[in-house]
Amino acid sequence: MEMAYLIETIIKIVVVMLVFSALAGIGTYFERKILAFMQRRLGPMNVGPYGVLQFGADAIKLFTKEDIVPTNVVAPIFKIAPVITAATAFIAAAAIPFLPSFTMFGYEVHPIIADINIGILYILGVMGVGLYGPLLGGMASANKFALLSAARGAAVFISYEVVTGLSILAPIMMVGSLSLIDFNEYQAGGITSWIVWSQPVAFILFWIAAFAETGRTPFHLIANDHEIIDGFGTEYSGMRWGLFFIGEYANMFFISFMIPILFLGGYGDGSFLGAMALLGKMSFFFFFFLWTRAAWPDVRPDQLMMLCWKILMPVAVLNILVTAIVMM
Amino acid sequence: MKDEQFNNRNITNEYFLVDIEDYPTQPWDKFKRVVKRTFRAELFVGLWVVMREMLRFDIHTVSYPEEKMPIGPRYRAIHEMKRLWESDTERCIGCGLCEKICVANCIRIDTKIDKNSRKEVSEYSINLGRCIYCGYCAEVCPELAITHGGRYENASEQREHFTIYEDMLTPLDKMKTASQEEFEGFGAITPHEDERVKKTPLAY
Repeated sequence: MEMAYLIETIIKIVVVMLVFSALAGIGTYFERKILAFMQRRLGPMNVGPYGVLQFGADAIKLFTKEDIVPTNVVAPIFKIAPVITAATAFIAAAAIPFLPSFTMFGYEVHPIIADINIGILYILGVMGVGLYGPLLGGMASANKFALLSAARGAAVFISYEVVTGLSILAPIMMVGSLSLIDFNEYQAGGITSWIVWSQPVAFILFWIAAFAETGRTPFHLIANDHEIIDGFGTEYSGMRWGLFFIGEYANMFFISFMIPILFLGGYGDGSFLGAMALLGKMSFFFFFFLWTRAAWPDVRPDQLMMLCWKILMPVAVLNILVTAIVMM
Repeated sequence: MKDEQFNNRNITNEYFLVDIEDYPTQPWDKFKRVVKRTFRAELFVGLWVVMREMLRFDIHTVSYPEEKMPIGPRYRAIHEMKRLWESDTERCIGCGLCEKICVANCIRIDTKIDKNSRKEVSEYSINLGRCIYCGYCAEVCPELAITHGGRYENASEQREHFTIYEDMLTPLDKMKTASQEEFEGFGAITPHEDERVKKTPLAY
């Protein structure tokens, strides 16, 4: 292995870690502001101009809080669970091409940590492992609400993961590759070659499943505040809880990158405009997560399972069938 | 605003009954309801409503310590002792009715005869930790001397937070600038309340 490649990879890892940790913090600021505006409130206003430093104050609070491991919890699992959520979110980002490759100081940089040929499988798999965070954290917490949340997490997990996998199968059949770079190149011919036009059903299904994957509002039932307090997060405090939080927001950002790359052309032909377009599309999908949180109610766990198993999964299977017939 | 607007109390077009359909019982009707609900795209109506509010940017927040809502003249907060407009002397005649009527027993008044052989208040204190702000003292006062003011932000190091006569009494320099606020009386309405009042419909 070349030294230059090693150094480049390490730098890229550090950059992705830092940028997305910071984005997770700034994401909370945007979430508060946008939710507030949609509810005719002002949101954070006092820390810094228009409250922009609010996430800094939150970070100070989270980092300096006492680290409490309550009595009766299974301490090793309790401690490792938030790390699983945060770590898997970042590990999954390794196969996402955030920007087209560009030349810097006469050196061509590929803004993807590892262009593996099974990228999508890898991302879905690692994001799936991320659910062990809520699951283990909830079961180890010695708290009935956390336990309920863990049970819900397991039920939700097996429901949406089927839909995610099946919905993405039809585009994979068309592209003939599991690499996100290949997906991008397949759609490089402009708006008309986007997969969303040939696979609208898969797009909608994947989008719906993304809400379940990140646990955002219509499917925010793993940590539903008004039913089961904070679910798996009930017993957590300080930075351990903060890790869950970072994991959730990083996951939102990564899914928001995934959807445009898979269905909406990604960064297109790799020009500067294409890169900006990818960031714009990502911002829209991130905004949509906040938008639905202001507008939509939560579903019950049984409703989510009914939706996933009785409606979305048959539709996904039919979609694969139709795609296969058309492709023949 | 005219009186006749309030005298006509029948439902106008502003009030209407919400049209609620019966629940379907037949499977076919249930299916039709599912299809209707699915394709009516009500979720997008919800999205539109919050987006409209965001774009309209009609913020209702009162940033409290900097901005405060106006309170009504009937609001019952910390008591005030008023002075006479003509002579700037204290209105309180030391009758002790407020002490008698106080349901929480929080008022203590002590009087003496002064050199003009008039009754004078020598000690007057209200235990604000006991006071329930019922307003009986202000209601019973024959001279409109003790009234409730608008100071509702109180903090104290102990539960028994006393206020004494000198603290409640309108300062003399305030009398010189004639800025003593008069109690508008029981039944006084909040400023600009006319614009906000709505009539109660009689016929449903």
